[in-house]
Amino acid sequence: MSTAFLLNGRAVEADGHPMSRLLDVLREQLGHTGTKEGCGEGECGACTVRLDGSPVLSCLVPLFQCAGRRIETVEGITAAPEGPLRDALERFVATGGVQCGACTPGIVVTLASLLASNATPSREEVRTALAGNLCRCTGYEGILRALAPAEPER
Amino acid sequence: MNGIGASPPRPDGFAKVSGAARYLDDLSLPGMWHGATLRSPHAHARIRSIAWDAALAPDGAVCVTVGDLPGPNGVQLIDDGWPILAGAFTHHVGEPVALVAAPTRLAAQQALQAFTVTYEPLDAVLSLEAAEALPPLYQLGMDSGDVDAALARADLVVEGEYRTGHQEHIYIECNGMIASYAEDGALTVLGSMQCPYYVQKALTHALGLADEQVRVRATTVGGGFGGKEDFPSAIALHAALLARACGRPVKLVYDRHEDIVCTSKRHPTLVRHRTGVTRDGRLAALDIEILMDGGAYTTLSSVVLSRALLHSFGPYRCADVRIRARALRTHTAPNSAFRGFGAPQVEFAIERQMDRIAHRLGLDPLEIRLRNAVAPGDRLPTGQILDAGTSALPCLEEVARRTRFRERRQELEAARARRAAEGDEDQNGAEPRRGIGLSLYFHGAGFTGNGERMMKSPVTARLLPDGRIEVLTAMTDMGQGCSAVFPQIAAAAGGLLPEDVTFAEPDTAEVPDSGPTVASRTTMIVGGLIARVTAALRDRVLEGLPGHTVRDGWIESPAGRVERFRDAARRLRAEHGPVELTLRHEPPAWQTFDETTYRGAAYPTYAWGADVVEVEVDPDTLAVRPLQVTAVCEVGRAIHPTLCAGQIEGGTLQALGWALLEEMKLEDGRYLNDRLATYVIPTILDSPRIDVHLLESHRDGGGPFGGPFGAKGVGELPMDGGAPAVAQAIENATGIGVPAIPATPERLLAWQRAGQTPGGVR
Ligand code: FES
Ligand code: FES
Repeated sequence: MSTAFLLNGRAVEADGHPMSRLLDVLREQLGHTGTKEGCGEGECGACTVRLDGSPVLSCLVPLFQCAGRRIETVEGITAAPEGPLRDALERFVATGGVQCGACTPGIVVTLASLLASNATPSREEVRTALAGNLCRCTGYEGILRALAPAEPER
Repeated sequence: MNGIGASPPRPDGFAKVSGAARYLDDLSLPGMWHGATLRSPHAHARIRSIAWDAALAPDGAVCVTVGDLPGPNGVQLIDDGWPILAGAFTHHVGEPVALVAAPTRLAAQQALQAFTVTYEPLDAVLSLEAAEALPPLYQLGMDSGDVDAALARADLVVEGEYRTGHQEHIYIECNGMIASYAEDGALTVLGSMQCPYYVQKALTHALGLADEQVRVRATTVGGGFGGKEDFPSAIALHAALLARACGRPVKLVYDRHEDIVCTSKRHPTLVRHRTGVTRDGRLAALDIEILMDGGAYTTLSSVVLSRALLHSFGPYRCADVRIRARALRTHTAPNSAFRGFGAPQVEFAIERQMDRIAHRLGLDPLEIRLRNAVAPGDRLPTGQILDAGTSALPCLEEVARRTRFRERRQELEAARARRAAEGDEDQNGAEPRRGIGLSLYFHGAGFTGNGERMMKSPVTARLLPDGRIEVLTAMTDMGQGCSAVFPQIAAAAGGLLPEDVTFAEPDTAEVPDSGPTVASRTTMIVGGLIARVTAALRDRVLEGLPGHTVRDGWIESPAGRVERFRDAARRLRAEHGPVELTLRHEPPAWQTFDETTYRGAAYPTYAWGADVVEVEVDPDTLAVRPLQVTAVCEVGRAIHPTLCAGQIEGGTLQALGWALLEEMKLEDGRYLNDRLATYVIPTILDSPRIDVHLLESHRDGGGPFGGPFGAKGVGELPMDGGAPAVAQAIENATGIGVPAIPATPERLLAWQRAGQTPGGVR
């Protein structure tokens, strides 16, 4: 069975069972391996993509729900970033927001959504937005330094 | 700015941010099949029979059982006592019993249904107490002075028993490997790993192949923390056996559940202390017994136990010391390497014991540490005389100053006394209780004892045709950032620009065996070799140019700039053909260690740290929320301060997770919380603000203490300090004694009911 949707602005068709996980369709069928699996059950956020502009966990989204909708992955979101997102991505690397990088695509997608509605989030707003994204490497400090530059730096 | 002490952006940063970085599961080879593993449901059982009904399996699926192994049934690490597949017996839940490969991941899972295994369950040993009476996997001891006499003389003898639990690594990228055979029988394995040469050794040993026939390449590693030190060797073997059976490349990737069920964890540990102290709070005798739960097979337990022994006395002075350490055998998956490698468990125990002693003597936690902390020139119980970079006191003083520890603690104690006087200590809906705690810790960097001397790790540098220097090491960047730090070291040591230097990927076909990416040795030991070999290759280019130096990528004579280094190097390469140098690590001659008596210098140097943690405890639920951590760490020299602080921030949060949240519950040998929904690690909302302050002990131009430019290993250090500081803070907030971690609300309630106080059981 084939399902049509927009992937990073391009029309695509995916074959598969309607209950296939969007995560697998993206990674295995459409070659978008930037989206990662960290748990497969909605706990880690590594698989976050945007569905019609809102962050969702692609390990929990069945393919049929994507029909006719807009999916954006980390590849699309970071291809030509503008404004606050571009600045944030640059700072993200510079301030130690990335270590192993396995959590990073999910965090970038979540942050892109936050920044789209709030260009200068506070530390607390960033923490709330990232509540569903686990990072085992950074202790989250490097991530917060990148996003809440108003905080005093060491 | 890219020099030592600058923080250039990591070279893999944008690829990771944009999703372009390729991790193992992002790769696919033509014709590749997928593997799956049949695992034991029993903690201990005899395997009566294994039957495979091909009719029940998807078309073409192949299976591998223990009878198909071409060589010894052992994963070669220190020895090969860890079975590749269970033989006549299974010794833990999740032990691999058989393997399958099929064209898709789903088909491989379905193929597992084609097995019928008959088990005869046997009694299992599932606690340290039960294991204590049985022969250990490994044991060690160390004696210094006369402990019994010193205990008899002491003004006070304090006893304590401290426990820590399993901890799962939860690297966000699960373990995975791809194995493929070429037509000539050569094997290539790709995977997520810390130690490519460990994997190669395991493959050659079990498959009867020569070194040249086995190529191992590390892909981008999505976190390791020790969890990808030994385990990848087993998975690589499984993938290779399946590739051999089906004649195609095979990918074997664990999902989170499988990864938690079967991979190694941090050793649960019980430490018993009996400490003699003088009236004024000085340590007179330390009698220490360490029991570590090694799980079913020894894997790396002997070396974990060794590091545990060598950190169990803490960063304190004491001449009369007796330590007995045993790794015990239980029926769980083997416990093995996890950041800190035995040290966090024993440093939790000694720090708790120091707090108990302070409580008995009416001293505050800072004072007891100030009175006992080691200083330059002091001796450790092993006899090692400590170098000038011994920074226990500077760390302690700095963290106390920054946090106003003493004043803050007095304020909180006064508030608690006031509440008690007003009788609202136990009122429902009362304000959260605040508490503050402090810890002092140290970590020996590099391999323990004679490990580095035996390995003599090599690093190679060669001139490329374009005049750049290529450096070859086997180190993997699992996130810690050696891909950023190594070029900084090489450029600074050679007087070169970062773009004059390039690094080879960790691939056993290309790079020499510069040892595993473990033990906080990457910057200090291998980085030191990189500095030496780069400088030596630069000198080779400068041969015949007396009085010349290289600075900022230019060859300079006393009169000024002569030419770009790269131009001269390119010429030399064109005229002479390949120019290549290999140097090996040689520990300083004074660093000798006796592995039978445990006397001598176990580590070339130590990194030091002190933490202050402030927590809030809900008086109704006893839920603990860490609010603020201040970590002061002495690292010799921070080559890349942002990455260095990142290690400390991340390690500190792992320590807090271990101390507060991460509880592995077992029932009949099965981990009950074997999913990320139930094994809880800190989210950003659980995390305190972590302030890191780096101290440096290096002298100009490097130092006698550490590695390149004076840098000490730092990756594991921050794992040692968080848990004891948080335990002390909980005691300060609640008055409930915390003899074990994780300090979950359920346990705090039980301890409160049992009369646990900071001074022991009431
Ligand atoms: S993989 Fe989807 S939330 Fe973890
Ligand atoms: S950078 Fe490794 S999990 Fe976040």
